[in-house]
Amino acid sequence: MSHALLALITYGPLAGALVVWLVCRGEGQSLLARWVGLGTSLGVLALSVGLWCSFNPATPGLQFETRLGWVTDAGISYHTGVDGISLVFILLTAFLTPLAIAAGGRTVRTQMREFVVAMLLLETALFGLFSAQDLLLFYVFYEATLIPASLMIGIWGGAKRVWASLQFFLFTFGGSLFMLIALIVMWQQAGTTDIPALMQAGFAPSLQGWLLLAFLLAFGVKLPLFPLHAWLPDAYSEAPAPASAMISGVLSKAGAYGLLRFGVLMFPDAAHLFAPYVLGLGVVAILYAAFVAFAQTDMKRVIAYSSFSHMGMIAVGLFTLTAEGIDGAIFQMLSHGVVIAALFFCVSAVALRTDTREISALGGVARQMPVLALLTMLFTMANIGLPGTGAFVGEVLVLMGAIHVSFWVALLAGGTMIMGAVYMLSLYRRVLFGGLRDTMHLLRDLSMGEVAVLVPLALVTLWMGFHPGSFTRLFDPVVMQAMHHGAVTASASSVQTTLHLAAR
Amino acid sequence: MQTDLHLFAAAILLPLAGAVVAGLGGRLMGDTLAKAVTLLCMGAATVCGIGALWGGWTSGFGPYAVPLADWVNAGGFHATWTLRFDTLSVTMSAMVLCVSLLVHCYSVGYMSHETMPVYRFFAYLSLFTFAMLMLVSSSDLIQLFFGWEGVGLASYLLIGYWYDRPAATAAAIKAFVVNRVADLFFIVGIGLIYVLFHSVRYDEIFAAVPQAAGAFYTLFGHSFPMLEVICFLLFIGAMGKSAQLFLHTWLPDAMEGPTPVSALIHAATMVTAGVFLMARMSPLLEVAPNTRLFIIFIGATTCFFAATVGMVQPDIKRTIAYSTCSQLGYMFAAVGVGAYQVAIFHLTTHAFFKALLFLGAGSVIHAMHDEQNMFRMGGLWKKLPLTYGVMWIGSLALAGVFPFAGYWSKDAILNALWAADGRMSHYAWMLGVITAFLTAFYSWRLLFLVFHRAPADVQKRDAAHESPLFMSVPLVLLAIGAVVSGLVLAPYYIGAQQSAFWQGSIFNAPGNTIMETFEQVPGVVALLPSLVALVGIALAFLFYIASPGLPEALARSCGPVYRFLLNKWYFDELYEHIFVKPYAAIARFLWKDGEEGAVEGLPRDLVRATASGAVDAVRLQTGSIALYAFTMLAGLVVVLTVALCG
Repeated sequence: MSHALLALITYGPLAGALVVWLVCRGEGQSLLARWVGLGTSLGVLALSVGLWCSFNPATPGLQFETRLGWVTDAGISYHTGVDGISLVFILLTAFLTPLAIAAGGRTVRTQMREFVVAMLLLETALFGLFSAQDLLLFYVFYEATLIPASLMIGIWGGAKRVWASLQFFLFTFGGSLFMLIALIVMWQQAGTTDIPALMQAGFAPSLQGWLLLAFLLAFGVKLPLFPLHAWLPDAYSEAPAPASAMISGVLSKAGAYGLLRFGVLMFPDAAHLFAPYVLGLGVVAILYAAFVAFAQTDMKRVIAYSSFSHMGMIAVGLFTLTAEGIDGAIFQMLSHGVVIAALFFCVSAVALRTDTREISALGGVARQMPVLALLTMLFTMANIGLPGTGAFVGEVLVLMGAIHVSFWVALLAGGTMIMGAVYMLSLYRRVLFGGLRDTMHLLRDLSMGEVAVLVPLALVTLWMGFHPGSFTRLFDPVVMQAMHHGAVTASASSVQTTLHLAAR
Repeated sequence: MQTDLHLFAAAILLPLAGAVVAGLGGRLMGDTLAKAVTLLCMGAATVCGIGALWGGWTSGFGPYAVPLADWVNAGGFHATWTLRFDTLSVTMSAMVLCVSLLVHCYSVGYMSHETMPVYRFFAYLSLFTFAMLMLVSSSDLIQLFFGWEGVGLASYLLIGYWYDRPAATAAAIKAFVVNRVADLFFIVGIGLIYVLFHSVRYDEIFAAVPQAAGAFYTLFGHSFPMLEVICFLLFIGAMGKSAQLFLHTWLPDAMEGPTPVSALIHAATMVTAGVFLMARMSPLLEVAPNTRLFIIFIGATTCFFAATVGMVQPDIKRTIAYSTCSQLGYMFAAVGVGAYQVAIFHLTTHAFFKALLFLGAGSVIHAMHDEQNMFRMGGLWKKLPLTYGVMWIGSLALAGVFPFAGYWSKDAILNALWAADGRMSHYAWMLGVITAFLTAFYSWRLLFLVFHRAPADVQKRDAAHESPLFMSVPLVLLAIGAVVSGLVLAPYYIGAQQSAFWQGSIFNAPGNTIMETFEQVPGVVALLPSLVALVGIALAFLFYIASPGLPEALARSCGPVYRFLLNKWYFDELYEHIFVKPYAAIARFLWKDGEEGAVEGLPRDLVRATASGAVDAVRLQTGSIALYAFTMLAGLVVVLTVALCG
């Protein structure tokens, strides 16, 4: 049963996609396609909650493991399973997909059937990616996410969609070539691509450095790390809102997840070597993106750059190489996924009604759309990292990790507290506050469907803020185990004052 | 004992219930019911809060902990939702609840002429109260930070309540961002505490202070005592919230919000959070003497600065706002010399009389139909007798005239500054006495301009009317507080019974005897503040009643000084030039040149290079057999030459 559960979750959306493709042919079937898609993804969500309930965080190592022979002679197998880290990302994917499909109702006006199929294929690929325990399998799923994602940008996007889609595809694909090289080198050295086996393989230190560099390039594009982000503003702002939500909410987390699993956890020694540079790049990304976000004139691009800025925070958290920092980074990935998706939905709700994304053309929306104003205020505050929202828990843990490394990293990374407030609040003010401008008095508040999409996101944001333990208890043991493995050497050299405190 | 803890928890959580019900359900249930719900919740919470105070008073304050839930527990970092029951938290909660209840009540009258529904306003007020209560009742620094940011959020919402006014939304953002600047340092300070103590819980931190006193931390290549660094960072956090010099610019602008908000947030509770933090962290501050010197300096300078600006402001609310800023300076000066109890005492009495002054000003503004310029008022005393009376009481208390509340607390601070007997504390004492004079002067300037001078607009004066019952009852109750709170509380807060009263919730190091010695000052020194206050009143009388032409002549003859004060020492202009404009310019530069030029240019150039490379490669394929044959021949010659001769 337990084996079947993970497979069912992974391939459920694929089956749903097939059904949609085969059944919902012809004209006028787009509504049916949406309902089938929504039903499938909700069913998968229910299954994922089942997975969550039957997962035992106290047991270290993989659960729900499946291993099937694939290219057995070469040490390659179809090996899937989840640990606490994988599980939370599976939950995030399962939670966001139905919302994205539901939100697609208004933003996607043509070819609904194909859109639903793409969304479900993306979901399958993401599940596969997060549960893969074989590097080759991971690679296959990682590349598989690209196809539906770039199609969604290219077909249903805005005016510059083709260029955006091409850039997105080429950048990510180019990055993952480095992963392919690393994969081949590792397979040659270890004779297997099984991830648990590779963790124990003990690569030579110099080789570790090169491998980590390759993974950094591959995932750094996806994350993105500064300065590999050229694809991001166009892709996020041209994509339709549900796709932006999925790409920034989950797909970029796949990069962070890869960086965690194949960078920090697999090559701890090389990670120590690289940490100062990545921390530097992370801090630069945080500040740079926050500056650029403030200057934007298009609301969606503000959110896009805000997402970039927060990914810098995640990179900083991961490469503090402390348990607090890594826990914080993982939690930040989850909460950021929820919040950024919600913000894209909020922005698109305004843009759909007014037919513009130009901030200067908007104003006074709050008076006509009080429900939207309330929800957007919540997500804005979450994006700023106000306590009581999930983002705060992530940020504070990252900062607590960062201060163990360096005062300046913590202070500069914490700059997001100020700069985030500056660009988010001025966006909120210019769009929602102020007097009514020209046709704004015709606006209608959120429909029931839109409220049904945003309210779950709001509830989860608050849940993560007030009781993060539901999530941290899943992945904290994994992180603690990994860090304590190497922490003995690290802490011996750290702050000397801790010693006599510990002695009392 | 258990009942007291339950009462305490109820007192803190009830305002949240009120805020949620009124905020989310206000649209459905209607304004009247929403108001009733918040008022009811606040009333019940206040009763519970006072009950808890009484219970603690009779059976001891603990400290006890009321665990509510687990919060962050990851990577060894642990913070919980736990309420702390000790003298400091319970007295602060009771004070916050009392003032907040009165402000809620007052707002019913004040907001009655709004065209939009006001349930939102009441929900925000209750939310603010909840956040403030979480702040004062926290048992670890992260929960304190929750309350700290929560009051920031609520003040942002309340200042920008009239969101169609550009000035209000700008002021709201300014308040939030300036506070956030300070909060960044605060959270980094918390981070250093976590590095040093491996905990953020008060009990564990305080217990480990003696062992940690020798720790050093390297910054800028110098080694500093770590506790000094921590206290310095925490104090920067406090400076933001309590509007101290350099981070004060948000407070006057925050007067764009409705007046009850100013009373609740910008006088009685939120701005005092910084002082509360310092008192709460007294075990750390006691081992950070250099930071305390800095605190005295900033406190005393703010105190003087704000009073000078308050002297010339034409706006009634801004005058009181600067007065708040100035009084907070006194409190920090007291913290700096280690007299935390005195600071908290002044905080408490100040809450009563400053809330009273703000609400009184609100009553005037309400009567004058949203007129805030004092020079357009005048002669109101007959029309608003109650407001006039309470404003006198508030001003007497603020100026520190015997036996009003301010006399007890402000004199105690000045005496403590004198008794501390250090160079910095004498500086603070001197500025404090000058400020006492200025305070009296601007308070009576306000009274004379608003109530006595010949009315600027007779029609408007005649149309003015006394406020409704909902507004006058809180005024009367606060006036009673402003009269008696000093006399009644002094023995417990700072007098002979203080150590029995505080029960260790405020810590004085063994060498710190300021609480015993501050009353032993020469008679002249003790009398001086009251004397200069009387002189200040007399001067105000001379300027605004006896010879009204004098101030204008003075302003003209000292033009630059007057303009310097009127423009608040040009802080806003300065910040505009060194922060706001460069920020926007950098943002624009990075976007246009960095982002669109370099980063996005790279893929574009790459595409162009690929395309033109392909075009060039195509050109090689000319189709001429002769050329191909010639190239082959040339190649063959080269290969043969290399093979044979090389």
